[in-house]
Amino acid sequence: MGDPAVTGARAPGGARRTGRGGRGRGWLFLLPAVAVYLAFTVYPAVSTLQFSFLEWDGVAPPAWAGLDNFARVAAEPMLGRAVLNALVLIVFFTVLPILLGLLMTALLAGGVRRGTAFYRVVFFLPQVLPLVVVGTTWRWMYSDDGMVNQAFALAGLDHLTRAWLGDERFALAALGVVGTWIMSGLCMMLFMSGAQRVDPALHEAAAIDGAGPARRFLSITLPGLRREVSIAGVITTIAALASFDLVFVTTNGGPAGATNVPGLLVYRLAFNEGDIGAAGALAVVLTVLVVVFVGGIRLLAKEDA
Amino acid sequence: MRPSAAGQALRYALLNLMALAVLLPFAGIVLAALHPSGSRVDGVSVPDRWSWENFGLAWREGGFGDLMLSSLIVSGAVVPLTVLLATMAGFALSVLGVWGGRVLSLGFVLGLTVPVELLVIALYYNLREVGLTDAYTGVVLAEVALFLPFGVYWMQSHFAGVPRELVESARMDGARDGTVLWRVLLPVSRPAVTTLTVLVFMWSWNQFLLVLVMLQDPSMRTAPTGLGLFVGRYGTDVPLLAAASLIVIAPIVVVYVVFQRSFVEGITRGAVKQ
Repeated sequence: MGDPAVTGARAPGGARRTGRGGRGRGWLFLLPAVAVYLAFTVYPAVSTLQFSFLEWDGVAPPAWAGLDNFARVAAEPMLGRAVLNALVLIVFFTVLPILLGLLMTALLAGGVRRGTAFYRVVFFLPQVLPLVVVGTTWRWMYSDDGMVNQAFALAGLDHLTRAWLGDERFALAALGVVGTWIMSGLCMMLFMSGAQRVDPALHEAAAIDGAGPARRFLSITLPGLRREVSIAGVITTIAALASFDLVFVTTNGGPAGATNVPGLLVYRLAFNEGDIGAAGALAVVLTVLVVVFVGGIRLLAKEDA
Repeated sequence: MRPSAAGQALRYALLNLMALAVLLPFAGIVLAALHPSGSRVDGVSVPDRWSWENFGLAWREGGFGDLMLSSLIVSGAVVPLTVLLATMAGFALSVLGVWGGRVLSLGFVLGLTVPVELLVIALYYNLREVGLTDAYTGVVLAEVALFLPFGVYWMQSHFAGVPRELVESARMDGARDGTVLWRVLLPVSRPAVTTLTVLVFMWSWNQFLLVLVMLQDPSMRTAPTGLGLFVGRYGTDVPLLAAASLIVIAPIVVVYVVFQRSFVEGITRGAVKQ
C-alpha cells in the first residue's frame, strides 16, 4: 500500500493501462462514484459559495449582497471571535498532543515490547467514539461535583475548583483539554510506530560517538518522524477547526460566546436565524482556513526533507 | 542496548498513567450509569446499590428503539454503498486507467479537506426543494459522498500495490473487467476492504452534524444525534445520561474491539477525515 493519504496530494501509483478496448470503459466503473460525489459534495460546496454572496433567509427570494457577508465575518465581533477561538483550539488539539506524543516517544523509545496491543487499543479508543458521547462525558466531569474538581480537591487545591465550562475565562481552554485528551494517544501511537522504522544501528553508532539519549532523539529519531508529525498535524488541525459536535453538546458556544466556533455559528445562522448568506460566508472562510493549514503543513513537511 | 530494569519499570508506569487518563472517564460513566436515576454523582464513585434499571429507563425515555433502528438503516446503507462505489472507482483509476483519471483522483483527494460545515447548508436547502430532507435517501447519499474521497483513495492505493502480473495473466485468459475485479482482485483485497468497511461504519455511526440537519424528524434521527438532544432534556440526570451514552457507544465499541487491527491500520495509514 502506498503512502498515507495526507503526505501528498498526488494520486498513488500511476494508472496502469491494461490495453484492449480503450480507456473509456473504465468510466463505467467510475460513473456511480463520480455522480454521487458531484451531486452531494461538489454541487453543495459550490452552492454554499453562491449563498455566501446573497442575502437570504431561506424563504423570501434572495438578494445579491456582494462581499457584505465576508465583511461581516471580519467586522462582527461574534463571528471574528469564533474564528479566533478555532485557532486557539489548534494549540490544544494539535500542538500539545504532538509535543506530548513526541515526549512520550522519547521516553519510551525502544523500551516497550510487551503489552503494546493493549496500549494501542486504549490509546486509539478516543478516536473511535462519537464526539457527542465524549462531550457528554466531559461536560459531567467538568461540572461542580465532577471528576476534575474531585482531582483538584484531592490535590489540596480546593480553592481552584469551579464549574469549568461555565467560567468565561476557562471554558475554551477546558474544551481544548478535551481535544488534547482525544488526540494525544493518536499522536503518540503514530510517532512510536514511526520511531520503530529508524535503523537501530544509527542509534548504536551515535551512542559509541558519545551522544546521550536526548541528543540521539533530537538528531536521529525526530528527523525520521517528519512524515508522522505532518500526518498528525493534518488530522488534528482539521478536527480543531471543524469542531462542531463537541462544542454543541458541552457549551453550545457559551458562556457569553466564549466558546463559539465557526461550525456552531454556521449551524445557528443557517438553521436557527435564517441568515444563510452569513452562514455561507463563514463556512467558506472555515474551508479556506482548513485548506491553508493543511497545505502549509504539507509544504513544511516537504521543504525540510 | 538492553533497557535497565528500573528504566523499564518507569516506562511502564508512564504508559499506565496515560492509559489511566484515557480510561478514567469511562470508568466514571460506567459507575455513574449504575447510580439511582436522578441522584447526584460525585466524580468517580461506587454506588451503594447497583441500579441496572437506568439502561431500560434511558432506552424508553430517549426513544432509543427508534434511534438505534435509524442508525442501523443509515449505516446499513452507507457502508456497502461507499465500499462498493469506492472499490469500483479505485479499480477504474488504478487498474483500468481512464481519460482524465489524474484530475479525477486529485478531485477526490481535495474532498478530504472539505469540512461538513461547507456542505450542510446547501445540502439542506437544495434537497428541501426535491423532498430529500427528512428522508433516509438524502442523508445516506450525502454520507456516501462525504466518505468517498477517503474510500476511493484507499482502494486506489491498495489496487496500485497489487502485482500487475495477476491482472495481466487473467487478461491472457480472456477475463473481462468485471471478472478481473470480482474474481482476481477482490479475493486478495480482503484486509483493505475490511479496513475500509469498519472505518466507514465508524464515521457513519458517529456522524452528527449532517444527520442533525438532514433529519429534522426526531423519530428518524440516529443514536448519537438523539443523544445530543437527550442531553438537552435530561442534562442534570447524570446516571440516565451516562446510561444513554453507553447505549450509543456499545455497537461501535464492540466493532472496535473485534476489528481493532483494521481500525488502527486505517487510522494510522491516513484517516484524515472524520
